[in-house]
Amino acid sequence: MSLKKLFKKKIKVANIGLESFKDDLEKQEQEVVNVDWKPPVEIENITQQILDDNKESIEKANEKVIQIILSGKPTLIGLDIARNVIPNMKENLLLHSGPPLTWNRMSGPMKGAVIGALIYEGKANTKEEAEKLASSNEIEFSPCHEHNTVGPMAGVVSASMPVFIIKNEEYGNLAFCTLNEGLGKVLRYGAYSPEVIERLKWMESDLYPTLKSAMEVAEKIDLKNMIAQALHMGDEIHNRNRAGNSLFYRSIAPAIIQTAKDTETAIKVLEFINGNDHFFLNLSMPACKATLDAARNIENSSIVIAMTRNGTDFGLQLAGTKNEWFVGAALVPDALYFPGFTKEDANPDIGDSSITETNGLGGFAIAASPAIVQFVGGTANDAVNYTMAMYEITAGENNIYQIPYLNFRGTPTGIDVMKVIDKSVLPFIDTGVAHKEPGIGQVGAGVLSAPIEPFKKAVAGLAESIKKNLQNSEELI
Amino acid sequence: MIKSLIKTGEYYDSVSLMIVGKEITEMDGVIDAAVVMATLENKAILKMSNLYLPEFDNCSDTDLLLVVNSEDEQLLENLEEIINDLLFKIRNKKSSQGSYSPKSIDGVVDICPECNLVLISIAGKYAGKQAMKALQKGLNVMLFSDNVSLETEINLKNYALENDLLMMGPDCGTAIINGIPLAFANVVNKGDIGIIAASGTGLQEVSSIISNNGCGISQAIGTGGRDVKEQVGGMMFISSLRALNEDENTKIIVLISKPPHPIVLDKIKLIINGISKPVVCIFLGTISENVDGVLYCETLEEAALTACALSENKPADGVKSFLSQRKLAFSGICEEELENIASTGKYVRGVFSGGTLCDEALIILSKNIDIYSNRAIKIQFQLENSWFSKEHTVVDLGEDEFTVGRLHPMIDFELRNKRILQEAEDPETAVILFDLVLGYGANENPVGEILPVIREAQNASEGISFICSVTGTEEDPQGKAMTIESLEFAGINVMPSNAAAAELASSIIQKLKKI
Repeated sequence: MSLKKLFKKKIKVANIGLESFKDDLEKQEQEVVNVDWKPPVEIENITQQILDDNKESIEKANEKVIQIILSGKPTLIGLDIARNVIPNMKENLLLHSGPPLTWNRMSGPMKGAVIGALIYEGKANTKEEAEKLASSNEIEFSPCHEHNTVGPMAGVVSASMPVFIIKNEEYGNLAFCTLNEGLGKVLRYGAYSPEVIERLKWMESDLYPTLKSAMEVAEKIDLKNMIAQALHMGDEIHNRNRAGNSLFYRSIAPAIIQTAKDTETAIKVLEFINGNDHFFLNLSMPACKATLDAARNIENSSIVIAMTRNGTDFGLQLAGTKNEWFVGAALVPDALYFPGFTKEDANPDIGDSSITETNGLGGFAIAASPAIVQFVGGTANDAVNYTMAMYEITAGENNIYQIPYLNFRGTPTGIDVMKVIDKSVLPFIDTGVAHKEPGIGQVGAGVLSAPIEPFKKAVAGLAESIKKNLQNSEELI
Repeated sequence: MIKSLIKTGEYYDSVSLMIVGKEITEMDGVIDAAVVMATLENKAILKMSNLYLPEFDNCSDTDLLLVVNSEDEQLLENLEEIINDLLFKIRNKKSSQGSYSPKSIDGVVDICPECNLVLISIAGKYAGKQAMKALQKGLNVMLFSDNVSLETEINLKNYALENDLLMMGPDCGTAIINGIPLAFANVVNKGDIGIIAASGTGLQEVSSIISNNGCGISQAIGTGGRDVKEQVGGMMFISSLRALNEDENTKIIVLISKPPHPIVLDKIKLIINGISKPVVCIFLGTISENVDGVLYCETLEEAALTACALSENKPADGVKSFLSQRKLAFSGICEEELENIASTGKYVRGVFSGGTLCDEALIILSKNIDIYSNRAIKIQFQLENSWFSKEHTVVDLGEDEFTVGRLHPMIDFELRNKRILQEAEDPETAVILFDLVLGYGANENPVGEILPVIREAQNASEGISFICSVTGTEEDPQGKAMTIESLEFAGINVMPSNAAAAELASSIIQKLKKI
């Protein structure tokens, strides 16, 4: 019997609760693992009951979801104009980041991006005209996520914008994302000055056709492989994309030179990509989106397949709850601010880019990215601790995306809302920070934990949906 | 002026918060302060101490509440900064270990595959679930927390038995596994005596006396007090008994408990019958019966000394005669004490921090006198109000009515100190009897905490006899010899065991009656 065996073993203690017990053991030169425990998030008893009763079917569903996520093969297959390829895209439709949102509830940067997009589309000439139009019924708004699309920060997509097309080759589904404009005054941070619009126009007239024809030669680029390499090279694929961008540049450059209409254009396009480390973000995001979308509608699964913010609200979707949004207020990130700006200037969190965390990258993979540890407290150790905490709320580990420092352990993948609630550990997100007023742009970059509210609602929603599924199957019998 | 601060989603354990609370209370100009997690219990305590504010209504378990009542406006203004500094120090201490602190049992298993025992001391309502998780991951459990339901205890123990795991507790305060003292435990010699105890301080007293007499402990397994009740059926008691029987380092087995339920006792006897190792039993409050191979003892000390005799291959019956002879030697002390007791003094007042030590004193004293208690054996002697003594009284200050929202009296002496003063101010008090438990988990500076109060009590009274015993060993962090020396210097009679202290008190009271 093993009790007898225990008496022969070296005892190694884990302590949950009073720290003095840990201190006492340490005084006796015993190594102790101290658990940084928190009470679980309070949820309704009935919700807990349903989830407990259906634990097995939830776990089974989650295994399936993880399998789908791990098997995903996101590949860049080309570019096109939004109206041609994005499902249900219309001339009077603007897509935006985050969960559904109306004009009157939009934050400054979101409004700024809407204004910019309307000017860009030629539907308005001034801020005032754009505002008037946006608040009328003529313009419709819809989340990117509901159109197989993702967008960083404000994430505004209008019909004329060029987009990357990413295909999940394993499952055949597509995802779309606009081309990254670079840093400084840019539409995605809510800037809409003439220089912003001019750049967007150049992207449409020069960058897009050049890349499109280059991709016709290159045919496809395996983004999963590229992300895996970038992780080995010090990116976490959200706030740092320098390695990913270099890899992309390296693989596309010959095709650009081969197909560009003239050398000057080729040089300009290559310099644009080279000069913007975040160019790759608009590829890694739809790569994650294509991977996660394949796992939608797996009944009873508690895995998060979208986690996103619109500058006002934070929303998430589960694999097991169809297209239902679970929403709470977006929080203001802890950030390092550009000179002259403070937390007072910061807008609440915004952007679909937390799709990277949803896929086990970004904040979840911060241990792979020592170059940006100043965002998380300054030491590599802090970064490792953040990633370690994320293993506690995920259902799996990635088979391809790895963290060198952790002996090439797979990144924590597949956020399980049940674990989030049970352990009171919230997903950790890397992010850029927009000024709260429209037109100003980025003021810093930093990190934050997701708000608790959407996760509480998500477990309740999941319980509700499990209950319905059970009732339906009873009716069928 | 009362000011409050709410920090949502910040969790600290109760001891850490007590340290912070104490530091704030001790600041100049602070009248009263509290730093607590916003549990229902803590909110009730704030209400009682008039520190509750309406803004706390919507706070829940994971919110940290700070309330300060102070005349110092400057201090109140800087409150947030002050509390942040104090909390930062505590957090920083936490993270100074550098390596990752897991957030859950899953995390423990992930980063430490060699971990094999989890010590759990979180609030009872969460503790059961964590204990079950630990067992499911194949980890042994020591569950220190109380307020865990009987149903949960039975589930946990059933699961542990099916999977050959140790499930100590709930409400298990003490254990020594493979030589490592866990929670409240003393530093004892290694040896061949194995202990199974449904009582924390009972285990501490017995293991300390064994060690102080030159013998040692192989294992000391705590089961939690309810294990020997009918519903739990002695599950852990019995499986531990089997394990110690098979353990080659254990030659003698000591069982410590309140009287087990008759059905459980029968089960235990059945197992003992099949055991070749000598078994020493102390079922406090039961009358000795003779069973082959089982040595029943009346006091914890007797059990310890009997086990020592067996360990040293000496005849066990020498212990009883040694103890009765020693009792006779008390009469000298008794005479001296009688002279010092004020003429109005009539009653013994026992103020205990250890539950089993209180029980033992109660049993010894009740042989000759009627004695009230909050743990009375007979219902007619149950104290109506535990906060006030009545005639002869012994109270266990570790009982729930005293510990809600407070740390155990073995850690926090404040409540007992107040009670000692309260008893000393009663002219009818003749004897104050108390325990002092050393070891890990217990107060680090017991002498410094209690002596000023004893002096104050001595000054406040016309003449009281102070009697105590010290449970612990020289190797304990507090050191037994130094502790005894300081107590004796202050005029306290320090007896060699809890039983001896109670016996001395009993003799004094009987002689007082005759005067």
